[in-house]
This record gives sequence, structure tokens and C-alpha cells, in this order.
Amino acid sequence: MEDEVTLKAGLWLFAGIGAIFMAAMAADGPFAVHMTIVFCAAVLTAFVTMRGVSDTVRSAGAASTDQRYYDDVIRWGVLATVFWGVVGFLVGIVIAAQLSFPLLNLSSEFTTFGRLRPLHTSAVIFAFGGNALIATSFYVVQRTCRARLAFPGLARFVFWGYQLFIVLAATGYVMGVTEGREYAEPEWYVDIWLTIVWVSYLAVFVGTIVRRSEPHIYVANWFYLGFIVTVAMLHLVNNLSLPVSWVGSKSYSLFSGVQDALTQWWYGHNAVGFFLTAGFLGMMYYFVPKQAERPIYSYRLSILHFWSLIFLYIWAGPHHLHYTALPDWAQTLGMVFSVMLWMPSWGGMINGLMTLNGAWDKIRTDPIIRMMVFALAFYGMSTFEGPMMSIKSVNSLSHYTNWTIGHVHSGALGWNGMITFGAIYYMVPRLWGRERLYSLRMVNWHFWCATLGIVLYASAMWVAGITQGLMWREYGDDGYLVYSFAEVVAAMHPYYVIRVTGGLLYFAGAIFMVWNVWMTIAGKRRAEAPMSAPAFNPALDRPTPRAAAAAAAAE
Amino acid sequence: MTYDALRHFADSWGLLAMALLFLTFIGWTFLPAARRSHQRAAHSILEDEEMIDG
Repeated sequence: MEDEVTLKAGLWLFAGIGAIFMAAMAADGPFAVHMTIVFCAAVLTAFVTMRGVSDTVRSAGAASTDQRYYDDVIRWGVLATVFWGVVGFLVGIVIAAQLSFPLLNLSSEFTTFGRLRPLHTSAVIFAFGGNALIATSFYVVQRTCRARLAFPGLARFVFWGYQLFIVLAATGYVMGVTEGREYAEPEWYVDIWLTIVWVSYLAVFVGTIVRRSEPHIYVANWFYLGFIVTVAMLHLVNNLSLPVSWVGSKSYSLFSGVQDALTQWWYGHNAVGFFLTAGFLGMMYYFVPKQAERPIYSYRLSILHFWSLIFLYIWAGPHHLHYTALPDWAQTLGMVFSVMLWMPSWGGMINGLMTLNGAWDKIRTDPIIRMMVFALAFYGMSTFEGPMMSIKSVNSLSHYTNWTIGHVHSGALGWNGMITFGAIYYMVPRLWGRERLYSLRMVNWHFWCATLGIVLYASAMWVAGITQGLMWREYGDDGYLVYSFAEVVAAMHPYYVIRVTGGLLYFAGAIFMVWNVWMTIAGKRRAEAPMSAPAFNPALDRPTPRAAAAAAAAE
Repeated sequence: MTYDALRHFADSWGLLAMALLFLTFIGWTFLPAARRSHQRAAHSILEDEEMIDG
């Protein structure tokens, strides 16, 4: 046992030495910085692995752990989700403020909008969303399969490896290392690392399903598995590229021209479809029934939802390339499949909402359920808006405008954010063995801050986007465009300021969550009035006097 | 295989195969025997409270 631990630590140390050699030979500065980060991570891992020698000696006499779920990595994942969420929202506010007041670009290459924007998108999608998906999938797969997580060591590697991926990606963006592919910006060596982490993730997830003691695989796991497998496929194909140097941070795509564009948007749209939709639906199909304490409205509908989503989503990507060099038939194909997607999406929304059938009062009394219901409502709204925007004639107005940004954020803040917050509030007391959350009222404050923030954000961007689209296409009688580009930019200013306000409100809600989660873990409970009191009127809670009853009977 | 051949295969036999596969997958849930197993699956997550790893 000790030999094995020593061997592992030695291998990590060896990897660290390899990284420092790569840093010394680096063709460019950012690659050297990245390899130094890898060196630090590897040496740290070697050190932690060596400490395992004393652990094995200590736990030699301990009882079998098979009787318990493996939750350490889930606890870390919940903390990482909260942490990266705050970072991602904050960077979002910064770049929104930069668009309103360009002075805030600070005249430094490291703080310009162009470099901070991918930092924001990756931080919220991959760091906040990704950690939430990994943590909840490990939580759900163990509970629904009634089996301990397979390969706990590999699960720890998945968690820390994924954090290293995030750090490499984020530092890379600030230094200007990018493939220039939206949502797939990290360069080749970071992509290879993510592939290794992702395959390990698949192994842990499938390994747990194989070891299940429940005969049926619950539908939430179907969605999680669909997400893991598809993201692996998308990541591999979209990142096929050739590095300029094996010790440099620049690579070029193997595809060119419109094929490259189509590959990128096949990836880009399915990152939305499988990362932000299928994965989060896995969350929805477990946490909504659990929090409502009622089974899902229709299990058959959930399976229809799953297969329709899988079969349709993968074809919708070309709608990102309307009126481009992409062949017309491919554009139409993308549009038609996007419109068809509306049906399964609403089927799923109805399935989630109707789970509350007969218990609608929970929306009033339980703020966590209210968050989940709000998330489902926004899932429905953005999956209606998306198909509508994919229709070519609508797209000719909406594309490249702020309407798209508004659409993305109603989905991301409303659906992904709210369902994740709901899942975190569900898991935290259970994972840390607390009787309840620190404060249920604080969940309510979080809900209202976030809701007002989303409303301000989305409505400002709708107005901004349609204004922008109409101004761009406005022709005068002389046949010339009426507005210059700079005039349209100036017209956006008030909406951009409203957006910053919305973002600040959403951020304020997240700060309530940090406080609440922190105090819950610390074991504190806030003294507060309950969310609902039983209806009781002491004046009426007595028998009717005999005389009054007789008078009433006489009338 | 040329691009042209692949494209024509995709919108004929490929499309048919996909459609049949889809109908099979969802048709399965409409079998009479499915009702009981769906009922059981939907309730399975609510049966007993999970253990907490302290």
C-alpha cells in the first residue's frame, strides 16, 4: 500500500519536472507561465499524495466504508460552485460596466473587454455550471443507484483536474491565449488535459451506474450521461487542431472556412443543448421531485423528453450561421430542427411544473421550490424564444444584436442559475449534516434579488437588441443607411447601464447565498419568523353562545 | 465516398434509420407493461432517505 502511494507521488513529481522543462523550453511567455502553473499543481499533488501514507496506516483498522456514500468530493464541488459563481458574476458586472463606460478598460491589454469577456463566459458556464454539474451528478448517481461512488480516487482527480483546467483557461484568456472559438477558447494543451479529466469523469459516473443496486436507471442519470458523452464528442471534434510548436501556446484548426464555422457552431449550440440543458435537466429531474416530495408528474413524458432532445438538438447548430456562406439547405435544416425542439422543451417544462400538481401552495411557503419553479418557467421561456429567433426572418433582425445576449442570459441566469441555487440549498444541509439551512428567509431575499436582476437584464437587452437591429437596417429615401455604426452604439448606452444594475442585483442575491451557505456549514441557525404561519383567529375559536344560536335559528 | 453521395445517403436512408430508431425508443414507453415500471421508477427516489456521510 505504501509502495503504491510512493509510486503515485513519484509519478506526479516526475510530471512536475517535465512541466518545468517545458517551461524552460517554451516558445512564448504565456506557455511558460502555464507550464509553471502545471509544475506547481503537480508538486502540490505529489506532496498531498505522500501524506496519504500516514492516512493508510491510520485507517488500516477502520470499518468498511461501503456502507456510506462518498460525499467529500461533492462537498468540495458545492463550495467550488459557489466560489466560481461569485467570480463569474463579478467579471460579468465588470465587462457590462466596460461596455457602458469604455474608460473602465483601464488602457491595459490584460483588462480589455476582449480578454475579460471569455473569462466571464467560461467562469459562469464551465466553472460555476461545470462544478455544479459534476457535484450534483455525483450526488444524484449515488442516491438513485443506491451505490457508493465508483473509484473515489479518480473522482478526486476529476474535481482537482477540472479546477486546474479552469485556472489554465482563465489565466490564458487574460494573457491573450485563445483559439478564438466561442466557448471553446482554451488552447490545444488545455484541451488535451480536459479530455483526460472528462474521460475519468465518464469512468466514475458509468462505474457507479454499473455497481447500482437499484434495477432501473433513474431518468436523471440518462440526462447526465447524455451530457457527459455528448460533451466529450463535441470537445474532441471541435478542438481538432495542430499546434505551431509542441512547446508553444498557438495552434490552428484542422478545418478551414465554412466547414470550420459549421464545426464550431455544431459545438457551440450543443454546448448549450447538452452542457446547459441536458445536464441541468438531470438536476431538475432529481431535485424538483425531492424538494416537492412528490414523484415526477409523468415518467413516460420524461423519457419522451430525453429522446426527443437527444435526436433533435444535435442538428440545430446551423441556425448560428444564417445568411452566411453555409449552404442554404443546411441553414434551413438548422432552423427546422430548432423549431421542432420547442415541443420536447415545453414537454419537459410542463413535466417539471406539474410535479407540483396538488401542492401548489409550496410555491408560497417554500422559497427553494419557488426558485425551482422560476427556473422551469425560464427554461420554458428561453426555449420558446430560441426557436423563434432561429427562424430566418426573425434572425435577420436579431442576429449580432443585444437581443441574443438577452436570450442567452434569460436562459443562463433564469434557468441554469436558479436551478443550481435550488440544488445547492437542497444539498448543503444534507451534505454537512445540518438540521436545516441557516435561513430560509435569506433564500427568499436571494430569490427576489435574482428575479428583479433578471427582469432588468432581459428587458433592457430586448429593447436594446430590437432598437439596434432596426437602426442597422434603416434605409433613407436616397438608398443609403440612415444611421452610422457609432450612432447605434451611442443609442445603446442607457440599456447598458440598466443591464449593469440588473447584474448587480443578481450578484447581491448570490452574496446572500454565500452568507447562507457559510453559516449553515458553520452550524448556525438564524432566529427568524417562519415563512408561513397556520391561519388562526382566537376570537372565532369558541362555541357559538346558546342565545345567539337560537336567535339565528328563529330568523 | 464523395460529399454528394454522403449527402444523399443522409437525407434518405440515414434519415429513415434515425426516425425508426427514435420511434422504437419512444414506442417502448407506450407498451402496456411500461406503466408499472414507470410508476416504480418515479417513486424509487422517494422511498427512503439517503444516508449522510458525516
